[in-house]
Amino acid sequence: MKEISILVGGKAGDGIRQAGHVIARLLNRIGYRIFFYDDYPSLIRGGHNFSIIRASEKSIAAHKETVDVIVALNQDTVDNHKHRLNTGGIILYDSKKSDAEGIGFDFMDIVKTFDGKPIMRNTAAIGALAGALNIEWSVLEKVIMDAVEKSVDLNLKIARHAYDRIETPSKTVPKLDQNPLPLVSGNEAIALGAVKAGLNMYIAYPMTPASAILHYLAAYETELGVVTVHPESEIGVALMALGTAYAGARTMVGTSGGGFALMTEALSLAGQGELPMVIVESQRPGPGTGVPTYTMQGDLAFVVHAGHGEILRVVLAPGDAQEAFYTTGLAMNLAWKFQIPTLVLSDKHLSESIFSFEADLDKVKPEKPLLWKNQGEYKRYLDTQNGISPLAFPGNPSAIVKATSYEHDESGITTEEPEAISRMQRKRLRKRKALEDELEKYETVNVYGNPDSKTVLLCWGSTKGACIEVAEALDLKVVQPLILEPLPVEALKKALSGADKIIDVEVNATGQLAKHVAGHGFCIDDMILRFDARPFTVDVLIDNVKEVLS
Amino acid sequence: MTTNIELGTYAQNTWCPGCGNFGILNTIKKVLPQLQEDGLDPSNVVLVSGIGCHAKIVDYVNANSFYSIHGRVPPPMTGIKLANPNLTVIGHAGDGDAYGEGIEHLIFSAKRNLDITFIVHNNRVYGLTTGQFTPTSPPGFKGRSTPEGSPEEPLNPIELMLSAGATFVARGYTRKMKHLQSLIKAAVSHKGFSFIDVLQPCFTFFDTYDYYNKRVYEFTQQDHDVSDRNAAFVKAGEWAYKEGEQIPIGIFYQVIKPTYEEKLLKGRIPVQLTPGDIRPILEKNI
Repeated sequence: MKEISILVGGKAGDGIRQAGHVIARLLNRIGYRIFFYDDYPSLIRGGHNFSIIRASEKSIAAHKETVDVIVALNQDTVDNHKHRLNTGGIILYDSKKSDAEGIGFDFMDIVKTFDGKPIMRNTAAIGALAGALNIEWSVLEKVIMDAVEKSVDLNLKIARHAYDRIETPSKTVPKLDQNPLPLVSGNEAIALGAVKAGLNMYIAYPMTPASAILHYLAAYETELGVVTVHPESEIGVALMALGTAYAGARTMVGTSGGGFALMTEALSLAGQGELPMVIVESQRPGPGTGVPTYTMQGDLAFVVHAGHGEILRVVLAPGDAQEAFYTTGLAMNLAWKFQIPTLVLSDKHLSESIFSFEADLDKVKPEKPLLWKNQGEYKRYLDTQNGISPLAFPGNPSAIVKATSYEHDESGITTEEPEAISRMQRKRLRKRKALEDELEKYETVNVYGNPDSKTVLLCWGSTKGACIEVAEALDLKVVQPLILEPLPVEALKKALSGADKIIDVEVNATGQLAKHVAGHGFCIDDMILRFDARPFTVDVLIDNVKEVLS
Repeated sequence: MTTNIELGTYAQNTWCPGCGNFGILNTIKKVLPQLQEDGLDPSNVVLVSGIGCHAKIVDYVNANSFYSIHGRVPPPMTGIKLANPNLTVIGHAGDGDAYGEGIEHLIFSAKRNLDITFIVHNNRVYGLTTGQFTPTSPPGFKGRSTPEGSPEEPLNPIELMLSAGATFVARGYTRKMKHLQSLIKAAVSHKGFSFIDVLQPCFTFFDTYDYYNKRVYEFTQQDHDVSDRNAAFVKAGEWAYKEGEQIPIGIFYQVIKPTYEEKLLKGRIPVQLTPGDIRPILEKNI
């Protein structure tokens, strides 16, 4: 497989992520499929940031521990990462700031030659990298023109100068005969999937790693036809969202575990009031503040059970940008069809990584919910055969629309009568059957690798990318449930049939998926758990799996 | 929505005899038809309430309503108003809701100048949980959670709302129903965040009728300039929800400023928006 991994590192404020973006686009433009991993601590200046850009001829959704090139803007990058370098790998470094074996020159000196700003050292580094990898100047020139917003000419001059400083390329990254694809982060794919499913409003309080959904939708509000709101707290966010749904707007909210904890009373109100609600929960390591800018799959049990009372909900767990796009669209449509809360469970590794995006955009459309036909007296909570009551919205002259957090009768008036209470509980929970029937129309469990292998790697969410490559290398099968609640038991049974050994792979300390499926009678033979706030890389997971198999 | 009777529902009223909430319910039932005569479409009215005795009001009025949870009256109101700014949103909250559990939302609604009306049924005691002190109970209030007397000073919600940026700040009293009618009508007609603290005695747990009857007096625009914020603070300071001989009721402050939804929505109506094309944005990321 033709592939190359490049690590670019420096301190916060050096523009590392921006440099990574340009490098990713550079390789994208010559036909490679990209996975971009961004690693940064929770601070604004100083510290150590790095990005790994892995480019491959095949679609990928994971990175490796080892790299082929290190681009170092400081000494920490050299010291922290030189052990990652593959045989024949190269280090490109700023000789003024660091020392290493490799290609070094004074990036700042080039910047000064053109009266540039210190942050433009990253442009010098990119120019040198393109030269060292023997990538045509015209490709880099076009990428800089498209990617850089300010001082384009100055950046071009700096890049060109550094490009020309490389007299002999260290290696050649060949151009591939594939069209470039849009590069999209998990968060962006979530936003776009929601928009395609008819998103009217996005309401969120900033919280890493979900904040970029708010930033992205706020930046493109006009083009996307979406209103974004940043309220006082996650409690405000979730309750506002319910108000918008009552008024008829298709709204999504987004946060991480701590913010979601504050939304649970609203989730419960959504259950009682049968108000559609789409929540993106992008996990980061907890408990408490935890490790804000790193990753964990630690909230599965929380989102499946969150909220007091018995609440019908859907939990969807996409594993790459395409799935983030499709499942968020599905989450929106299911929330409205069944008038329930739906949760898109992401994590830092999915939300903030960048993928080559190859989705069928027209597969996601706004699907109409069951609307009242303006006949007779309107009853918001009409008891129907499948439990779904027709929707009407305030402003309709023929309807009085009463939504409520109290147990209520069909019209939405409070009740404490035993028969009325059990009738309404049954009505709400009856929707589960209709929901399960609906879900049968979709691929709810994905299978990858060798479908006939008796050894299965069971995973969910962002762990899928590493699992797929490990399975391909070791001739194993991967099973990834895309919907975690209600668990698609029949589809999972089918996917796991014939398996002798099921190895559960998760980025948490207790094996939450293993416990969740065990509740439905599935037995797990082994677990590979990583909980150092870092995602699985392909090479580390191969070693872990081999160890379990030996 | 033409007569008082038609505005009722079949829900059985469970407030205690003598409850101040009846005064607010009857006032709302009188004011809504009056507003309709002035051109308000009743199908565009939405009532929102929290949790507590006050909140049952939405069960008793045959109008669109959102019966929220404790403390969370302003956020659904904000959502409803932002999603469809053509709606007229009237909130009811208890003093526990408004000034206790949900005070952050109240402050932010005032700060934003969202065009809604917020009516606090302030009985200065928790009624439905059977008699504990609230943020506006007088110092030393002996309730079931403070048998030795409350150790806290009361908030002055009028001062709080003036500080937070409310553009309509008033106080009413349930025994002055005509006056309360005029306040609520003015509040709903005001474009911006309208706040009314309504003194509403709890006959069972904190009977303040005699106390208020002796002290409450109405002030008018003739003796108070409603556009003068400093004068509003002085007026608000006449009674600090504790001792004091005079309790002013009326409009303390009223000014016109751009509303939150005008600034945020810029004419857009979210419930009528259609999604844009994502392709051009994707192409920017190649």
